[in-house]
Amino acid sequence: MGELNLFSETSSSTDGAWRVADVTRRARQLIESGFSPIWVRGEVSGFKAYRSGHWYFTLRDADAQVRCIMWRSDNQRVRTPPDEGVEVFVEARPTVWEDRGEFRLTVKQLLPTAADGGWQIKLEQARAALDRDGLFDPSRKRPLPQFPFRIAVVTSVDGAALRDIVAVTERRWPVVELLVVPTRVQGEGVEAEIRAALQFADRLPDVDLVIIGRGGGSREDLWAFNTEIVARAVAAMSVPTIAAVGHETDVSLTELVADARAPTPSAAAEAAVPNLEQVQAGVDQMARRLGRGLTNRTQLAKERLARTTDRLTVAIGGLVDRDRSRVSELGAMLDALSPLRILARGYSVARSREGKVLRRMDDFVPDVPFTLTVGDGEVNAVPKAPADG
Amino acid sequence: MRCRKLRPMADQQPNLQSELDKLEAIVRDLEDENLDLDRAIAMFEEGVRHLRSARELLSKSELTVRKVLEESDGSVRFDDIDD
Repeated sequence: MGELNLFSETSSSTDGAWRVADVTRRARQLIESGFSPIWVRGEVSGFKAYRSGHWYFTLRDADAQVRCIMWRSDNQRVRTPPDEGVEVFVEARPTVWEDRGEFRLTVKQLLPTAADGGWQIKLEQARAALDRDGLFDPSRKRPLPQFPFRIAVVTSVDGAALRDIVAVTERRWPVVELLVVPTRVQGEGVEAEIRAALQFADRLPDVDLVIIGRGGGSREDLWAFNTEIVARAVAAMSVPTIAAVGHETDVSLTELVADARAPTPSAAAEAAVPNLEQVQAGVDQMARRLGRGLTNRTQLAKERLARTTDRLTVAIGGLVDRDRSRVSELGAMLDALSPLRILARGYSVARSREGKVLRRMDDFVPDVPFTLTVGDGEVNAVPKAPADG
Repeated sequence: MRCRKLRPMADQQPNLQSELDKLEAIVRDLEDENLDLDRAIAMFEEGVRHLRSARELLSKSELTVRKVLEESDGSVRFDDIDD
């Protein structure tokens, strides 16, 4: 293979013999320029972590093996060192260890293949794709609205996440309207469902903010929030977003593209809404300043008005007092003229059965009953015949 | 319950942020010593309108939670959430 000619400076005779170091250096240059970083799958054997923090091991499969080194700066991101015999994916650059003339891999990333290794590869691929499109760029982050009045919540209706969000907003900011856009958050094919829910939420009118999230779960449970589909749907929202995916370790891709992220749904709600009491206190303070502002400008007018009001009060008060005494005078007069008042003094009125007032002796007929009205009631009476005709 | 439009467009709706911003601006102007009385009274009245509007927006005491679903015809359906 002409292009891999290690020995273009020919040494066809012993006179031009190469030094060993020159050979291995040349081999390294050629190897390093011939490969870009590659993913390699194999079993770990002979793992050794040195005091320097660097890891040395061999990667092998049924047919071959290769020495690997993983520098401390790279292996710090690996949660646990690989066990002997475990199958892993490594992202590595092939190189040659010049001192020993040994071909080896410089490992940048190491992921277990068992259980979730493939999963993490997909995650890294999605992360790289989103990063290429600038979706993690901090300048993309939009500020959250200060006073949201309508919040769309994209989550499962059965989950604790929704209950927590409702509880927090109810306590802090009950003026808000929560529109819950239900979606499953885990399970087969759930990515497309979450994307559809986000797109629907984005079509709802007057939504100030979108919260997307779920409560805690295993890495598999949270998988949808690490997919490119969901992350891109969040990035495409026309209103600010808060993502809350309950987890203990890594931040999901969805959270990285959202305008804000929160460790739990409760924390997302706390971040989403202000405290009503504080806002009201601010408004009250503004009201006081408004009042004081006017008072200061109108002090003179106010004083004049106060004096005028005082005089008016006196004048009106006088009128009322005068009228009041006039009324009681009239009342007293009426009282004095009342017939009942006269009767109370000892007079009485005689009336026929027909109600006619009997004023003279001739008005009385012997043995015909009449009524005598006295101060406190009526008395039935009958006149007797005159004693001597 | 079913409706296409939830409420009038935002720009027709009193908006707390803008009410408070306007109120704040009025309060600042009123605190300026050189304002004449007629102008001060007019601004005070305008301030009271914004204040009233802001308080109105903050007067709701019960959280509204509704589930929204999209119907096959594209309309929006609202359901109450059973707690």
